[in-house]
Formats: sequence, structure tokens, C-alpha cells
Amino acid sequence: MDKSIEVHNLTVSYHSKPVLWDVDFTLPKGKIIGIVGPNGSGKTTMLKTIMGLLDADSGYTEIFGQPLDKVRERVSYVPQRESVDWDFPADVMDVVLMGRYRKNNLFKRITKEDRRIATEALEKVNLLEFAHRQISQLSGGQQQRVFIARSLAQQADIYLMDEPFVGVDAATEDAILKLLRDMKNEGKTVVIVHHDLQTANEYFDWIVLLNTRLVAAGPKEEVFTKELLQEAYGGRLTVLSKLGDIIGSTEFPLREPEFKEDKAEE
Amino acid sequence: MIGDAISHAVLPGIAIAYWLSQSRASIWMFLGAASVGVLATVLIELLRKRLKVQSDASIGMTFTTLFAIGVVMITFWSDSVDLDQECVLYGEIAYVPFDVWMFHGQNMGPTALWASGILLLSILVYLFFGYKGLKMTSFNEDYAAVLGIGVGAWNLSLMSMVSLTTVVSFESVGAILVVALLVAPAATAYLLVEKLGAMLLLSAGFALIGSLGGYTLSKVFETSIAGTIASTLGAVFLLVLIGKTAVSKQTNTYGLEGEGV
Repeated sequence: MDKSIEVHNLTVSYHSKPVLWDVDFTLPKGKIIGIVGPNGSGKTTMLKTIMGLLDADSGYTEIFGQPLDKVRERVSYVPQRESVDWDFPADVMDVVLMGRYRKNNLFKRITKEDRRIATEALEKVNLLEFAHRQISQLSGGQQQRVFIARSLAQQADIYLMDEPFVGVDAATEDAILKLLRDMKNEGKTVVIVHHDLQTANEYFDWIVLLNTRLVAAGPKEEVFTKELLQEAYGGRLTVLSKLGDIIGSTEFPLREPEFKEDKAEE
Repeated sequence: MIGDAISHAVLPGIAIAYWLSQSRASIWMFLGAASVGVLATVLIELLRKRLKVQSDASIGMTFTTLFAIGVVMITFWSDSVDLDQECVLYGEIAYVPFDVWMFHGQNMGPTALWASGILLLSILVYLFFGYKGLKMTSFNEDYAAVLGIGVGAWNLSLMSMVSLTTVVSFESVGAILVVALLVAPAATAYLLVEKLGAMLLLSAGFALIGSLGGYTLSKVFETSIAGTIASTLGAVFLLVLIGKTAVSKQTNTYGLEGEGV
């Protein structure tokens, strides 16, 4: 298997309370991968540790078989939308152009090529007409798409996104999904932190099921089983009662016919 | 409100500098204040990042504590240190012309003018080279960090510049009113423009209007110069705010959409 991200025996704690405990998995290249788990299960911590924003207590992570510092330019991060102040004096183009900033061009002017790439990225998320709109005047879905455009402008090989589907409208959700599939077809790897079980099955090829410890990681057909989901969400009755619906129900709009057949055999 | 914090936090630095040098030469005062200003920055970052104290709480704790220590120091040494609390807090711009820089027996003009001039030049150079880095790290620190950009260094450099600016300015306008000059012009500009570059230019313009207008008014009414400047800045902000609200109300009455204007 071609490896994108490797996580080895990772333990991370916050206020000396472990948030991730001895987590170990390897992710493939060229797939849309979901990191899924209940609230407080360490999903965002996982992503931030891979991105070098948090220090691990023990264990380590590698991207494309190398430490992050060697491959930073090939890695792009889409933080949670709420993590920044959208009243910042900037327009959409300003933010997308930040995707072209690098450690070694920080003191140089923005080039025409940078602008061309940023414009292309805006086109991909259908926001070109908003290029000169002040960012505080955007809807939540539009803000999310600005963040994704900035990330695209970076022209990376692997994208790590923190909850990109939270609080976005249906149009944005569709646009993001289509974009993710295009990226996958270009051989890019996308890793997404996602909390919604209902949609996880539909969005992702691979799933990492997390609840402080690693519950399972693998192709979704292997991971999205009643036993493993119960293990991850165990004790949360409201979720448990929904589990049957999510897995068994034919009313649930599954887009992949082969997945339906898999489930029918069980 | 880091400018607010630093302008107050530097007080113990000034007190210690006076006590150590036993002189009111501005170079000592400046060094003392500047180093405590940077220390305050480091403390705030330490509380916020390492000890995970909330951002507003760590700023509030740091500056009130340091300011209080400064007040205690000044009153404690009040016998041996000839330091006027009022002067530190409020400053006196009217005395600026008397403190001249003598170079080889030649009168080079007011020291404060030279200090401010050099400061202006360094800020322009800093902004010219640091524009992208500052914009990126202040909008989205995490994203910059992932790109391998030294977020800590950028933060420290920005805070040191704020600290230097505050220290140089409060010699003339005092620790409290310097905040008006840091905040009011930028806040006024933000009401009118939405891009960082335009905001920088416009706030410089508003600061100039406030200073010149305030100075003229203070001469007419024979009031405190610094106080009148700060009041003028506040009045300009209020006028712009009222004007903006009136305009957007009018647009709405005529059924035009507020956004996109």
C-alpha cells in the first residue's frame, strides 16, 4: 500500500489528561479518509498533532514516510472555520492568496503567477464573483469554501480538513463533495475530521474510528460495522438507537450501490 | 488590547530605570520601559500558550499586576526617586520643546522629535518587509505555523514594536492617552475601509487629523494638549460612526440591500 500518513503509538494529553492514547494506524494515498468519533474523542487533536501544532507525549507521525518538516509544502491544512476572526480587514482574494505564502517568499511581493493560481482556486469553489467581497460579509458556507480555496492555492498533495461540513448549506456541501472527488481523481489524499455518523459512510472511502484509543482504521466496509461503531460510541444511548437505522435501513440514501449489497449479506 | 496592556505594564520598568540610574535621561527610561514591555509580551504569551489561560485573562492579569507593581515601586521610592506619577500617567507634551538634543554643542532640536522620527522610520521599514508575515500570522496563526512560518518570532516582533511605539510616545502623551493614539485612528479607519493596506493609510490620516485638530483646539481653549488630542480622536470616531449609520439607514429605507454596497 502507498502510504500517506503514518501514526505510531501516539499519545497526546491536555492538562495531563490523555486525549489520544497509544494510537497507531497507517493511511493510504489517493483516498478520501474520514477521522470519525464522538465528541471529545480526540479527532481535532489527532489532526493538530499530525500538523505539528500540538506536541505528542510519546509516539510520532510521518507524512509520505518523512517527518512533517521535510514535506510541509506538500501538506495543506484547513482549520475549523470558527478558529479565526472573520472581521479581519481582508477580502476573499487576500485570504486565498495566503495559500501562496511560503517561509521563503514571505518578504517578497505577490507575483502574477500567485494571483493566477488563487483565481483558479476560487473558480473551483465557485466563489470567483466574490473575490473582492469583505470576508465578514460571507455566509458560513462561503467562508468554508474560502478556506478550501486557500488550501487549493497551496497546490499540496495531501489536505487535512477540520470539520469542513459543519454549519454549511446544502449547496456548499455538494460543492465540497464534488471538489473532494475531483481532488481524489487527481491522486490527492484528503483527510477529514467529521463528527456526523449519518453522512460519514457516504462521504469517505476510508474511516479511522477514534475514541481516545483507536477503535478501527480501514476501508469503510470493514470499519462501518455495528460492533465497531458500538465500541466507539458505546453507552451513548441516543446514538446507539440510531445505529440500527444508519446501518440497516434502506431508506438511508446510500450513493454507493456496492455498499448496500455488502450490508445485505450480513 | 495588547497596546493598552503594554502601555500600563511598562511602569515598573520606568521606576526601576529611574532608581538604578538616578537620572531622568530618557535613554534609561526608554531602555527600562522597553525591556519590561517585551517581558510583558513574553509573559502574556506564556500564560496563553503554555499554561492555557484564556487570552483576555492573561492580558488582563499581566498588565494590571505589572502596573500595580509599578505604582507600588514609585510610591515606595518616592523619597529617593524624583518621579512624578502624574507625568508618567498623563505625560506633558508642552515640555517637549525644552528637552533638546545637544550634539557637539549644537542644538539639534527636541529629543522627542528625533526619537519619534527614528521610530516612524523603523515602523515603515518593518511594515514594508513584514506586511505579508504580519497579515498571515494575525489572521490565522495555526495555518501560518503549518506552513513552517515562525509564528512565535512574528508575534514577538510585533509586540516589541508595539512596546517600543508605546514607550516612545508616552514620554509626550503619557501611559493612558497613548492608548487613544493606538486604538482610535485604526478603529475609525475600520469603519470606512475593509482592506488592511487601506486601513493602515487611513488610520495614519485620522491620527494626523486628531493630533493637529486637537492641538489647535487646546491652544484656543487653553486645555491639556494630550487630553484634547485624545478627545478629538474620540469625537472623530463618533462622527464617522454616526455618518456611517445614517448612510446605511438611508440605503435601507430605499430598499437597497445593505450588503454589497
